[in-house]
Amino acid sequence: MIEERFDAIVVGAGPSGNAAAYTMAKAGLKVLQLERGEYPGSKNVQGAILYADALEKIIPDFREDAPLERHVIEQRLWTMDNGSHVGMHYRSDDFNEERPNRYTIIRAQFDRWFSGRVREAGAVLLCETTVTELLRDTAGRVIGVRTDRGGGTAFADIVILGEGVNGLVGQRAGLRPELKPDTVALAVKEMHFLPRETIEARFNLKGNEGVVIEAMGTITDGMTGTGFIYTNQESISIGIGCIVSDFTESNRTPYGLLEAFKRHPSVQPLLEGSECKEYVAHLIPEGGYNAMPQLYGDGWIVVGDAGQFVNAVHREGSNLAMTTGRIAAETVVWLKRRREAMSKANLAEYQRRLAETFVMKDMKKYRKIPDFLHHNKHFFNLYPKLLSAAAQTWFRVDGVDKRTKEKQIFQSFRAGRKLTGLIGDAFKLARSWR
Amino acid sequence: MHIVVCLKQVPDSAQIRVHPVTNTIMRQGVPTIINPYDLFALEEALRLRDRLGGEVTALTMGPPMAEEALRKALTFGADRAVLLTDRAFAGSDTLATSYALSMALAKIGQAFGPTPIIFTGKQTIDGDTAQVGPGIAKRLGLNQLTYVARICDLDPDAGTISVERRAEGGVQVLETRMPVLITMLEGTNEMRRGSLDEAYRAARSQIVKWSAADAGITELAKCGLKGSPTIVKKVFAPQARAEKVQQIPVSDISTDALAANVMAAIFQKQPALEGDLLRFAAGQ
Amino acid sequence: MSDAPKADAPKPAAGRAGTKRELPEHFKAYRHVWVVIECEHGIVHPVSLELLGEGRKLADKRGVELAGVVLAGDALTAAQVAAAAFEHGADLAYVVTDPILAHYRNESYTRAMTDLVNSYKPEILLLGATNLGRDLAGSVATTLLTGLTADCTELAIDDEGSLAATRPTFGGSLLCTIMTLNYRPQMATVRPRVMTLPERKPGRWGRIVEHPLNLTEADIITKVLRFVADRESDKAQLAYADIVVAGGLGLRSAENFQLVRSLAEVLGAEYGGSRPLVQKGWISADRQIGQTGKTIRPKLYIAAGISGAIQHRVGVEGADTIVAINTDPKAPIFEFAHLGVVADAIELLPALTRAFRAHLSVNRLAG
Repeated sequence: MIEERFDAIVVGAGPSGNAAAYTMAKAGLKVLQLERGEYPGSKNVQGAILYADALEKIIPDFREDAPLERHVIEQRLWTMDNGSHVGMHYRSDDFNEERPNRYTIIRAQFDRWFSGRVREAGAVLLCETTVTELLRDTAGRVIGVRTDRGGGTAFADIVILGEGVNGLVGQRAGLRPELKPDTVALAVKEMHFLPRETIEARFNLKGNEGVVIEAMGTITDGMTGTGFIYTNQESISIGIGCIVSDFTESNRTPYGLLEAFKRHPSVQPLLEGSECKEYVAHLIPEGGYNAMPQLYGDGWIVVGDAGQFVNAVHREGSNLAMTTGRIAAETVVWLKRRREAMSKANLAEYQRRLAETFVMKDMKKYRKIPDFLHHNKHFFNLYPKLLSAAAQTWFRVDGVDKRTKEKQIFQSFRAGRKLTGLIGDAFKLARSWR
Repeated sequence: MHIVVCLKQVPDSAQIRVHPVTNTIMRQGVPTIINPYDLFALEEALRLRDRLGGEVTALTMGPPMAEEALRKALTFGADRAVLLTDRAFAGSDTLATSYALSMALAKIGQAFGPTPIIFTGKQTIDGDTAQVGPGIAKRLGLNQLTYVARICDLDPDAGTISVERRAEGGVQVLETRMPVLITMLEGTNEMRRGSLDEAYRAARSQIVKWSAADAGITELAKCGLKGSPTIVKKVFAPQARAEKVQQIPVSDISTDALAANVMAAIFQKQPALEGDLLRFAAGQ
Repeated sequence: MSDAPKADAPKPAAGRAGTKRELPEHFKAYRHVWVVIECEHGIVHPVSLELLGEGRKLADKRGVELAGVVLAGDALTAAQVAAAAFEHGADLAYVVTDPILAHYRNESYTRAMTDLVNSYKPEILLLGATNLGRDLAGSVATTLLTGLTADCTELAIDDEGSLAATRPTFGGSLLCTIMTLNYRPQMATVRPRVMTLPERKPGRWGRIVEHPLNLTEADIITKVLRFVADRESDKAQLAYADIVVAGGLGLRSAENFQLVRSLAEVLGAEYGGSRPLVQKGWISADRQIGQTGKTIRPKLYIAAGISGAIQHRVGVEGADTIVAINTDPKAPIFEFAHLGVVADAIELLPALTRAFRAHLSVNRLAG
């Protein structure tokens, strides 16, 4: 047992845990942070994109020494069928600002940097230490944790659970139900190494400019999911993932999807000559607002992926993780200053504050999307094919007059989905989107 | 009994990649680890301390980030950690390294108490030379025991120690007097896991940091590149062999048919081998 | 090498390494190539003879003599060892005979070696990278304050007459050539089976130079209490096997390693594996094949599910026929194998076992 008593114990040294530990330590609280991996970030996988806005609110001067790959100046959204893609791109020199808005990062390096700052702020981090259970008093309040090291108990006023998508500690403690396979996606990712000059030439970049491609369509073979391609300084991150329950029903494997994605004619030239040097897999929460568990209780708060804080539509997760971590920490500090107990009633403040931020607002806004996509798989198969065919008809100059072309396109959509289907889809999408 | 263990932080060589185009080593994101062979030495030192009382000091010579390795050593239960770090050491080969380490070890003896036993791992996974241990022993006038599989007896009062040393074809049982330098064989023990309390104390410990001057090193000409008689003349990728591999076709045939073709190809390349194998089979 | 500089493209490292300083005057008198002949319990270790073969080439290129260094406990052993040295190419033998040297001990052997070096000044000193050789080499090099390159896979003389020692680096991804330009002797150790055994010329003889051991037993602190020999059955005879079958991570599980052993059994072969398998505990360390494991030179080497990183390559390159089985057509092993099969070893190994078993038993029955 650790004799000393802590103000807070943070479970996990990922973005949410680090944000929480940093904020509390900076406010002078005594923080113990426990990470089960060998080093911070060893168990973390992400595309990865860093959202500067969320991090600036925690470490305003992070750009000074944080390991950043490229700042994003162009975003591409692709809908793909088997041989082509229809894309929407936005590129702007505005993103070449003094304090860029988004960066690509490499998680292993970034998390270690963040963790270094957390320790500098005064928190104590122990790695290779897994929390096995929450400790409670007779009234059922959480008062500390037990770990897998000898004599492994430690006590604190509050335990912040930044334990990630699996959330085993919370699960075992009965704070949340078991993770359901339709609320989580399994994604796989590879890093492909290419010389800087090649990346810059292929993606039309200068210096540290970067491109982000988010893709959907037949690449997920009728399952609900997305793919991505991000440019790092000397490598390309490429990945794809789908809802776990979809995988179980189909015969496909994540790796099989990734292989096909890499061979797609729109993708293959981007990777030409590269050498794949890393392969990882991870789960991503996709259940949205409706799958969110109870976020706080007597002596405990949930932050990050453990709370299902992922915006599936915009593929944002790490910014929600950092923001929930920060706000949970600020709530704890606020209660501490007022010498108030870490009770469930008091911690409701956490959810109140969250409701005022983009975090809850976005989660609520898109709460119908997971269900919508689950019941409308044709968005991943049919529509991309129709779009591609339409685009080809439209752009191919072959002597057919334009009005006939328009009719052809319209008819193909009608044939594919029927008028009622098309209108219905538009309606449902609009409703889920709002 | 004050025991010192020399550790090295090395890149996890299993994860080192060579850039396909520029032929440089890609260190990006390659995690560093404590040289695995050193862990057997550390565990042995900790066991001796637990048995006989005393302290274990971990010593590493390396860049500032080698501090991580020392923190790990503390987490395992070492009592003290010393990082010997200085730009002057850059480019050291094993001779220069053993010089710097022996000076630091002498200083450790002065500062924290005499050291009858100094441990190192058998070799490092990045250098593989196994030279630094013997180098230290020679410079400090320590009796040298390498490839030790087991420490049999230790008499702190009489100052004697006996060990089992792995030799060709068998085991030598050697007895000598301390102070000694021991390099431990791998697989001789199982690394313990520090308790939560030990891990906590380790996380909060101060690691002693010494520059060359702090360690009493005045002859900088014996350190770094200057103090290294060996130099790397060039680094290169292995040549592809001129004669290309003969690929045995694999499409559209059964596994058994493929196996038969492989066997036939082997016998074609090595006709005498077939005869040998038949004779072997006949004798079975 | 504890800290090799960052690797650049295959051009010589710039700066210090490129500028060759003059060899200090007193080292210019150092001549001839020496090989330490390792002998324990009356048996000359084959690695020393392999080194004589290599040493011969170096000496011829330098136009100097090749000497064997014999440290023995009695005159008979000394004579036998010297004979072995001469029969494998040595022109002369430096012999130190003393009961103190009957068993290997670091202090006595280091003293004898450094004495000999200071007296007779070789330019190149080679030792086998065995437990004895490595124990001794580091002490000798540090005493003489000279350069030592360990586990070399290739030795050559460069245009200026210096020893160029090549070995894998950075975990085995690349090779590096190391030189000791300004100190003598240039020392190097080489693992068993890396160099080829030279032909034995029975009856060949050379000169003997005897040298005293200037030590008494009382001077030496370390005593050998006893020697416990290994049981025969425990030993893996990988290094000298004619046929070796090995498995790598492509086998995917420890259970599948049995497929390697089955094929080895049918072929009367030895079996082994790549380094990751030892790290995972699928096989014991003495069955590791590769730079830090065993170097082998069999007539036939079958590598199943091994990618062929250079770490492994240098351990098997000397095999006469290398058969590589791997599902990845771009695996590095296909760059140096003789026969390649892009297939799943888990399927092919049992099929090969069946094929060989059938072929060998049918023909045996036939006659």
